[in-house]
Amino acid sequence: MAGMIFKTEGVTKVYETGEVKIFALAGVDLALYESEFTVLLGPSGSGKSTLLNILGGLDHATDGRVWFKDIELTNMSERALTKFRRDHVGFVFQFYNLMPSLTALENVQLVTDVAPDPMPADEALEMVGLGKRMNHFPSEMSGGEQQRVAIARAIAKRPQILLCDEPTGALDSKTGVQVLEVLRDINEKFGTTTVVITHNADIQRMAHRVIFFQDGKISEVRVNENRLAPAEITW
Amino acid sequence: MVIGMRAINKKLLRDFRRLSLQAVAIALVLACGVAILLTSVGMHKALSETRDAYYERNRFADVFAQAKRVPLSLLPEIERIDGVIGVEARISGAAILDIAGSTRTAVGHIISYPESSEPLLNVPVLVSGRLPDPLKSDEVLVNAPFAEANKFQLDDTFGANINGQKRELVIVGTALSPEFVYTIGPGALMPDNEAFGIIWMPERTVAAAFDMDGAFNDVSLSLAAGIQQDAVIDRLDILLAPYGGLAAYGRSNHQSDAFLDAQLKELKGMAIVLPPVFFAISGFLVSMVMSRIITLERSEIGLLKAVGYTNAEICLHYLMLAALVAVVGVVIGWITGTALARATAWQYAQFFDFPYVIFQVPYWVYAVAGLAGVATTSLGAAQGALKAATLAPAIAMQPPSPPRFKRTFMDDAMARMRLTQSTVMILRSLLRWPLRSTFTALGLALAVASVISATFISDALDEIIDFAFHQTNRQDAMLLFAEDLPEAALEDVRNLPGVLQAEGQQFHAAKLRNGHLEKRVTIESRHPDSNLSRILDTDGNTVDTPAGGIVLSERLAEQLGAQVGEQIQVEFLSGRRETVQVGVTMIVELHFGLGAYMDFEYMNALFRQAPRISAANITLDKSQINALHAAIKNTPRIAGLAEMTENRRSFQATIEQNVFVMNTIYVVIAVLITIGVTYNAARIQLSERARELASLRILGFGRGEVSYILMGEMMLIAVIAQPFGWLIGSWIAQLMTNAFTSDLYAIPLILKPATFTKASLVVLIASALSLLIVQRRLDRLDLVSAMKTRE
Repeated sequence: MAGMIFKTEGVTKVYETGEVKIFALAGVDLALYESEFTVLLGPSGSGKSTLLNILGGLDHATDGRVWFKDIELTNMSERALTKFRRDHVGFVFQFYNLMPSLTALENVQLVTDVAPDPMPADEALEMVGLGKRMNHFPSEMSGGEQQRVAIARAIAKRPQILLCDEPTGALDSKTGVQVLEVLRDINEKFGTTTVVITHNADIQRMAHRVIFFQDGKISEVRVNENRLAPAEITW
Repeated sequence: MVIGMRAINKKLLRDFRRLSLQAVAIALVLACGVAILLTSVGMHKALSETRDAYYERNRFADVFAQAKRVPLSLLPEIERIDGVIGVEARISGAAILDIAGSTRTAVGHIISYPESSEPLLNVPVLVSGRLPDPLKSDEVLVNAPFAEANKFQLDDTFGANINGQKRELVIVGTALSPEFVYTIGPGALMPDNEAFGIIWMPERTVAAAFDMDGAFNDVSLSLAAGIQQDAVIDRLDILLAPYGGLAAYGRSNHQSDAFLDAQLKELKGMAIVLPPVFFAISGFLVSMVMSRIITLERSEIGLLKAVGYTNAEICLHYLMLAALVAVVGVVIGWITGTALARATAWQYAQFFDFPYVIFQVPYWVYAVAGLAGVATTSLGAAQGALKAATLAPAIAMQPPSPPRFKRTFMDDAMARMRLTQSTVMILRSLLRWPLRSTFTALGLALAVASVISATFISDALDEIIDFAFHQTNRQDAMLLFAEDLPEAALEDVRNLPGVLQAEGQQFHAAKLRNGHLEKRVTIESRHPDSNLSRILDTDGNTVDTPAGGIVLSERLAEQLGAQVGEQIQVEFLSGRRETVQVGVTMIVELHFGLGAYMDFEYMNALFRQAPRISAANITLDKSQINALHAAIKNTPRIAGLAEMTENRRSFQATIEQNVFVMNTIYVVIAVLITIGVTYNAARIQLSERARELASLRILGFGRGEVSYILMGEMMLIAVIAQPFGWLIGSWIAQLMTNAFTSDLYAIPLILKPATFTKASLVVLIASALSLLIVQRRLDRLDLVSAMKTRE
């Protein structure tokens, strides 16, 4: 088995709104392994996104500890977390989060300009099959294309981890499959550890590892012996 | 919260509360407009109504004339002039005053007061004490400001040298008169109540003193409504001509009234020009904020429609939000405007000598200001509100598509410059919303212009002071003679204590005509080598008046439509009252008055007289100034002493205070506009691009890099706005010099680099500070929620 890339111990996240305390995460112990394709599955509000945010350095845990390899993220400063994100993490969001004022190529360059060891931006776009659409603005692209630009942007820095929050959530099934294929290709080609949040249960069948969430806790971890290709998945 | 309030109205109030900072920033700009409208209209109204009431109650005359000595038997003839309904004949004259405890020479303007009844015209208002007893030759009434400046109490006395006779006068009362709302002594540039007083004396005393029994030398007429005053003036001139009459004139040439009129014009200009600018800016700000809110609330609008709200209700909902902003602005404007108008009214009452001020900002001004405020903000909100009303619910519920960017020629240029992506984002955003960028820049440019239009005045006044006191009038003082004296009198002047240099000058009142254009002026003449009182050409070089012909100041030449080389008609109003044709030989620069100059010998030749002088310009040994004043008080032929240093001091004191107040007000206005524009623009940018900027943070951009995109764009707009601000400011300054220029003075257009620098600094710093407030919000940006939400 490959080495551990993320480890958490008793991570909790509490949101206090007035007098009510909401436990988004209620003690999560988790291990993620290098080069694996992991799917986090669970109903809305079960804590998947909260965990992803903490792993990606967007948020701090209320309690518990988090490691990225040997580095402890738990009490890292804001500045250090920014550097952590810049150097190691690629994000893909449900709503793509592209800069409308930049073309596809420029959106990718946004990242390659600041990353320590990026691949050429056009190469990243070729990889997601958008070599011919590089000079288009987001408003000139379909949702699937925009999401692929977002993926190109995420992988262009050659991240060690790719965190995807509902990457197919805003897409129809056919386009969604195309996006999943891109994610699988990258995972296989570069060995990028990939974590995908979804509440689409069908997607779990392409993962190495599936983590089920319920009420802020991990309810089950399942390892897939037989993975399906994205094209075999429908929903 | 009001119980039973409709939910949509609760939303309205909550939205307003959420937007409170932005709303207040807009409301303050609107309040400026309302306050200025209230102040200028209120002041205009107060000043004109007070003037009208005062003139009517105290029967201010319509036509005025002075003469040498007119027999009373001419009065019936004057009364018979068509249209004349009232005639007041008086005796007036000058006196050198000797005020105990004061070394300065004061001048009194003596006016006779009828014995049997109050005057028919120009009736003084008794402020304190009583009228003089006609049988007591030493009792006088003085104008209240003179008494106040010299700290006179009733029954105090002062000395006066009247027509060579020294006498002691007792103040039995103080008064104000519609003739002397604004009083300037002979040779002075500004009111100096300490050195110039109006003295009303019983008629028989004045007649005896000036040897005017059975005669008068000053006449005022009142005319029936609708009468052409020119015809009356012409007829009066003909009647008075044999008796040394100086040309009669109407109110427009009456010093006090002309000054009041100039002030009224200024206020009117202010009321017309300034408030619309503020209303327009606030309208623009509202439209900016409103279109943003509508975009943000798309899905809510869709929902409202889905549950059955009508288009009209939704439109009204957003208009009401704008109206709330307007209400706040209008109320602040009403309160500050009322206070400001009241304060200015009080200042005016000090500046002008009114016995009372009728101050009431009319209700219609409040109504107009309020309506204008609501109307402009509603207009600003209209486009957004209509857009909200016409959104199809199904589309409204969906997230908006990303703003459209297209490749333009600029992109290739940017690519060639190898700009960073952040810089590209800034530039594209500027170009993507050119109208918004332009209006934002325009708003900031107006702020810059506001500072320039106020600060240039101080440089202009410095220039005036330098020009008037260091370049042209270099004498320490001017001795005015009771009547023209032979030039040999200069020797006597030189023998006065403390006098170092003395140069003669001759003055003659004249009417200048060029075609149908006519102007009444005083022509000055002096020797070509005069060194104390000089004239400068339009390039600022000292020049001598050429041997023949007449030299005109720029504004006079303009008013007469005369150019160098042309012949104009000069009708002298003294001596033989001859009319001659003379050539215009030169046009010179002058800030005070409408100057006309002739060579000394040429003037004497025209008058066919041996050289005579009307005044002497002198330089002084300052240590002997008291001895000089003492000597003057005993010299009957001297009618007054105009001290240039005093002139300069009172001029500077008067304007410095005004300029300081004005500068402060305009800088505050500039700062308010800047905050209103920058803060709102940045807030809108932030809310529009929050997700975009948060995404950048998630991608690993530091805070500084992210704020560069937002702040960089705003500061770039602010910088681009500067040259336009300079242009608009220069243009407004030009308008102001034109608006403030009257026959009394001209403001030169002096624009120094420091003025532009100051204006830019004020606006750039205010912009940067407003951005810092927004920066704090940017720092608190919630990265997690930005990822999740579509907008």
